[in-house]
Amino acid sequence: MKTAIIQFPGLNRDRDMIAALEKITGHSPYRIWQSETTIPTVDMIVIPGGFSFGDYLRCGAIAARQPIMKTIRIKAEEGVPILGVCNGFQILLEAGILEGTLIHNSSLKFICREITLEVMNNQTLFSHKYRQGEILRFPIAHKQGSYFAESETLSRLKKNRQIVFRYANENPNGSIHKIAGITNKRGNVLGIMPHPENCIETAHGRTDGHTFFSSIVENFNKHNLPSL
Amino acid sequence: MIDCKNNEILQKIIRMHGLQRDEYIKIINLIGRTPTLTEIGIFSAMWNEHCSYKSSKKWLRMLPTKGKHILQGPGENAGIIDIGRGECLIFKIESHNHPSYIEPYQGAATGVGGILRDIFTMGARPIATMNSLRFGATDHPLTRHLVTNVVAGIGDYSNAFGVPNIGGEINFDPKYNNNILVNTFAAGITRIENIFYSKTKEKTLEVAYLGAKTGRDGIGGASMASTEFDNENEKKRPTIQVGDPFSGKCLLEACLEVMANNLVSAIQDMGAAGLTCSSVEIAAKSNLGIEIDLDKVPVREQNMTDYEIMLSESQERMLMLLKPEQAKKAKKIFQKWGLEFSIIGKTTDNPQLHIFHKNKEIANLPIQALTHEAPEYDRPWIEPEKKTQIESDSVEEVKELDKALIKIINSPNQSSRRWVYEQYDTFIQGNTIINPGGDAGVIRINNNEKRALAFSADVTPRYCQADPYEGAKQAVAECWRNITTSGATPIAATDNLNFGNPEKPEIMGQLVLSIKGISHACSALNFPIVSGNVSLYNETNGTPICPTPVIVGVGIIENWEKIPKIENMKNKDSLLLIGGDGTHLGQSIYLREILGKNDGTPPPVDLIREKHHGNFIRKQIESGSIHACHDISDGGLILALAEMGIKSGYGATIKLGSGPRHAELFGEDQGRYILSVHSMSVDSIIKKAKKENIPVRYLGTAGGAYLFVEECFKIEIKKIALLYENWFPHYMQT
Repeated sequence: MKTAIIQFPGLNRDRDMIAALEKITGHSPYRIWQSETTIPTVDMIVIPGGFSFGDYLRCGAIAARQPIMKTIRIKAEEGVPILGVCNGFQILLEAGILEGTLIHNSSLKFICREITLEVMNNQTLFSHKYRQGEILRFPIAHKQGSYFAESETLSRLKKNRQIVFRYANENPNGSIHKIAGITNKRGNVLGIMPHPENCIETAHGRTDGHTFFSSIVENFNKHNLPSL
Repeated sequence: MIDCKNNEILQKIIRMHGLQRDEYIKIINLIGRTPTLTEIGIFSAMWNEHCSYKSSKKWLRMLPTKGKHILQGPGENAGIIDIGRGECLIFKIESHNHPSYIEPYQGAATGVGGILRDIFTMGARPIATMNSLRFGATDHPLTRHLVTNVVAGIGDYSNAFGVPNIGGEINFDPKYNNNILVNTFAAGITRIENIFYSKTKEKTLEVAYLGAKTGRDGIGGASMASTEFDNENEKKRPTIQVGDPFSGKCLLEACLEVMANNLVSAIQDMGAAGLTCSSVEIAAKSNLGIEIDLDKVPVREQNMTDYEIMLSESQERMLMLLKPEQAKKAKKIFQKWGLEFSIIGKTTDNPQLHIFHKNKEIANLPIQALTHEAPEYDRPWIEPEKKTQIESDSVEEVKELDKALIKIINSPNQSSRRWVYEQYDTFIQGNTIINPGGDAGVIRINNNEKRALAFSADVTPRYCQADPYEGAKQAVAECWRNITTSGATPIAATDNLNFGNPEKPEIMGQLVLSIKGISHACSALNFPIVSGNVSLYNETNGTPICPTPVIVGVGIIENWEKIPKIENMKNKDSLLLIGGDGTHLGQSIYLREILGKNDGTPPPVDLIREKHHGNFIRKQIESGSIHACHDISDGGLILALAEMGIKSGYGATIKLGSGPRHAELFGEDQGRYILSVHSMSVDSIIKKAKKENIPVRYLGTAGGAYLFVEECFKIEIKKIALLYENWFPHYMQT
């Protein structure tokens, strides 16, 4: 399985994501610099976390307007799996590829801790190896992770089963409906605040992120079986 | 010669630059003429306490700085140790005390930015940070404001930069009411052949300015940090630098990229005293002269004077020497990262610092005069009065010892620091094995390795106040011990010596005795000091802080899977006390928090015993039979056990020894550990300990919902866990 990660100045979990993709897919992802306009044919594109352009405007706003994002939009429409984690999620929202916005945590502070997630929809390519309703342990690390969308959008997201992950138990950042991860309508683009790349092995203290990535890999393998 | 006695303006200028009259006369003698204003500024920047170590240098030479793992001791941007397999660890601690008091958010943020630059300027990608923070009394009107902003400043910088915070210290004491301490530590890893220095053997090089533009922030910062505080601090706000973690992160990536492409001959970060200090140091180390045209320096503001450009402490800047033919390639890399790259001068064979601005020569100074000729003082010092030792029998034993424990657990200094460390990214880079909150923070060397590094930051200022020599020894020993509890072999340390005004003999005495204490402890424990920082003049209106020599140490672990984490105490485990029962209550938390006294001597550290016990513990951990291990320090045996209970969720039932109960519970005798082991391993561990003459006692068993001390008290773990977690958030909310 081939992947590509997008690099904006200020992103800082690109190395974590590269390490996770290497461990799980067995291949190094392509690294695509923001000023480029083409992305090789890959099976998944990832926008990792961090603070693109320092998040000095709204988080993700400057990154969303860089040349590479036009290509990402086209790839999204073509149905290429796209994953945005943390700042990557914020960038996808700013680019209008996903709906809603992420605002300051209700505590107004950066929060780094383990949280629990509930799988709301296990019928997506990012979640099909989880059980519906399964409770997962993931870490979060963000200052602007409170998801918000107006009610009309929310009911649409709900109706289309675009809400894939929700905080279980405690709501760490004040997200509306405890939303932690959503897809686009087609289901090929996922934005998620918690960090699957930081919970894939024993050394991380939790491994639920491994299943997340193996969902994607298994989905890829299924679709690429030689036709009979 | 100029008669500076009768020239008021001149006297004022000298004073404003923190120079002594004698020092001014020395400058005239060295250069053979009167210096220009900019030259006075340059001398002031190079000769102040912060940059020249003029009061401490004589004593710092005592510190052990060599060992089999040591690749670079003090004198470079940071110290370097060999961690095996061709890799090295580069690390250092720095203080940013004065700026953080005046402007806590920016002061703390730029403290982190500065220490990170020290690490990557040597070619290493930072892999961990820690910090050691001291604030004033909790009821002081500024304390909440300072805590909020220092923590936010540290978090915002290191989180955006992308380096995990793995621990540190945060304490409250009225002694720091008007002079907080913000000490930041960073460590980075690189391959030994990829270390970069500010020294080069090459000649005729170009001088490149890298990073962010120069502004009017932080002018005179280093000189400000070398004087006492008074009531005019607010006016010093313009001396504070402003941090930009985004530029800092880009600068890291750009620097590592030019280094990887072999485009660098020498590199030095612009920290204290900015362009002045970096250009002088880079020239001095390579025995070269340097010629700089200030018109080429990228500036943020219009009409900046030569004085301002030379002394600005704007952040996220570097100075690099490179071969002329490499400039084009290097420039491209910096442009990619949106950073400035400007050739601002060249090196010369004549060892002079030669500065031009608007086609005029504005400084022409011999490099030697600025560095080697810097004053060095043998300041008078006196030994502080010794406190008398107190026996535990003479210390009141309160009736309700459980209430004493509860009070300690819910106190400002012994409660959980979660409110702080959850604002720091602790797991970025994916290698954090032990988060803040344990004895040591542990980081895996890389994501395909079993080997890991353990770090701990320690000092107990109340011990140092009572006895600077023993207190400093204890700081080293506790750091060494905390690293040992993770199973690591302690390798080396860095120190941050925070003291008051060294011109006062009693303060100088504290400094001298502390250095002696560190030196003896580090020698005995084979734990050399490879880098460090001295922060003096930490006093306001004549009131000094406690002597605070912070020690941050590092150790190597062969296999992180064997680390006994505190929370790993298991149901039905047997608990062992290694190192003897508690007896010493002088300067203890019990005395301070429960009886409101600060009597007695601190617990003495027997270094031979310390080493012996630690080596035994390490051997047991290596054998894989230890589930959890915790050192006994502040609050004694019972606080250590309560912490194991809180973190594991299990209670314990233990028996005390035959001594006075309050000393058994709260005594702070050194060199002690609690081990939580499978009941099957107990006999063999006790046998081994006895064979090696190590005091060992079976305490009891883990399990249940209560912490039960037989014939003494019983408290529910859930209840104390809540009290432990609640103090900090509750304090910050009210």
